[in-house]
Amino acid sequence: MTSPSSPVRRVRLTYVDHLIKQPVVYELGRQFKVVTNVRRADVQENVGWIILEMDGEEDEIDRALDWVRSLGIRIDSVLGDVVEG
Amino acid sequence: MANTLGLKCRECGREYPLEPLNACDFCFGPLEVMYDYGAISRLISKESIQAGPNSLWRYHELLPADYHESVDINAGFTPLIRSRNLAKMLGLNELYIKNDSVNPSFSFKDRVVAVASAKALEFEFDTIACASTGNLACSVAAHAARGGIKACVFIPSGLEAGKVLGAAIYNPVLMSVEGSYDDVNRLCSEIADSYPWAFVNINMRPFYAEGSKSLGYEVAEQLGWRTPAHVVVPAASGAMFTKIWKGFNEFADLGLVGPVHTRMHLAQARGCAPIAEAWEEGRFVIKPVRPSTLATSLAIGNPADGWYALKVIEASEGSAVIAEENEIADGVKLLAETEGIFTEGAGGVAITGLKRLVEQGRIKPDEPTVVYITGNGLKTTELVADVVNPFLIKPTVSSFEAAMASRTK
Repeated sequence: MTSPSSPVRRVRLTYVDHLIKQPVVYELGRQFKVVTNVRRADVQENVGWIILEMDGEEDEIDRALDWVRSLGIRIDSVLGDVVEG
Repeated sequence: MANTLGLKCRECGREYPLEPLNACDFCFGPLEVMYDYGAISRLISKESIQAGPNSLWRYHELLPADYHESVDINAGFTPLIRSRNLAKMLGLNELYIKNDSVNPSFSFKDRVVAVASAKALEFEFDTIACASTGNLACSVAAHAARGGIKACVFIPSGLEAGKVLGAAIYNPVLMSVEGSYDDVNRLCSEIADSYPWAFVNINMRPFYAEGSKSLGYEVAEQLGWRTPAHVVVPAASGAMFTKIWKGFNEFADLGLVGPVHTRMHLAQARGCAPIAEAWEEGRFVIKPVRPSTLATSLAIGNPADGWYALKVIEASEGSAVIAEENEIADGVKLLAETEGIFTEGAGGVAITGLKRLVEQGRIKPDEPTVVYITGNGLKTTELVADVVNPFLIKPTVSSFEAAMASRTK
């Protein structure tokens, strides 16, 4: 059995401190060939998270997420860790 | 048949049929089992429970799967022990230890996997699977062995030998994944999406998580059909913590115990405390962390039920406490030396948290308190290896007596 490639990548981005003020999702769509769609979010004064859907070529999504990570934004699974104790 | 009606999103309330699903298609909120409590109230009573088996299946009316003997390894109904020595040391008059380290595969995971395995049979899966750093892997492999079904267990490479052995002995397909903790998470999420297996804590999660309610039911029953003033619970994903609270409240709603006034206290280790840190900082947004803790069974940096755990703390007027890393082994040793119970690092975190809550005056001497010990120390002996320091004597009485005379304790 082979694993089909996922057409849309869903990630949870966690922002802290100054990153909250940056237009990260806008820049994602401008700098990379990905279509972004915010599905849920909770942004407070000093911390916030966004559940983002990203559509595009796998390699381009990977490059886009590498850029997001380089900003200091944490990227996680939407559903939390699946590895348990 | 289980008294279940369907699944419901905990966020937006959308309803789904009873299928192997984890998250809402619309908002990605977690799904939870809906019960027919009217039917349950007509079926369940103290007497019916007491007439049931000495396992978590004595509460089968409140579990989302039917009992399947073929996959049952007798999880649950573990001892609730009245503490004497630890209680005296802490100045508590009514302290109890829920010793869940004596489950068949030596952790509370047997409760959740018991339910997930039974449900997997109902869904006609032929393979159960999980990703784990220890206890969950052992439990999945043990249940599969008992049921004669296949198991595929993913573990991060580099795990301690005792933990790998604890799963491998049941002969599952064991995949040791090279890479970071995040890599293992990502891989297992992808595999769960594409293989027709019952991943106990992914597509079976709504059913799996309900098994932990029995930790609430049992404590209430074993206390003589009452809930304690305080519980102290070690937390990783936060799911067990929320389900103990749910268990207490279901019992109250069914009239099996009085109104619940239990304060729920959650304990995490400094090296992985995303829920407790959020509580201390007064926020309801969980900041995921990269785990680095000696309490390896609590090493979940992105806890799926973190927000819900915070809401339980708030609703119960409880709290969260953090054990420093250098306190974890001390907590393990303290429980062993005072009560004869050998727990893992998570238990050390719970005991340290209990001590702190007493010191802070949040738990008063006369308030009935239960501390949950959820895993056995024999899988993680490295944590306390320094206790092995025997007298080396010659096979003579004089050598023995010289050693006895030199004792400092």
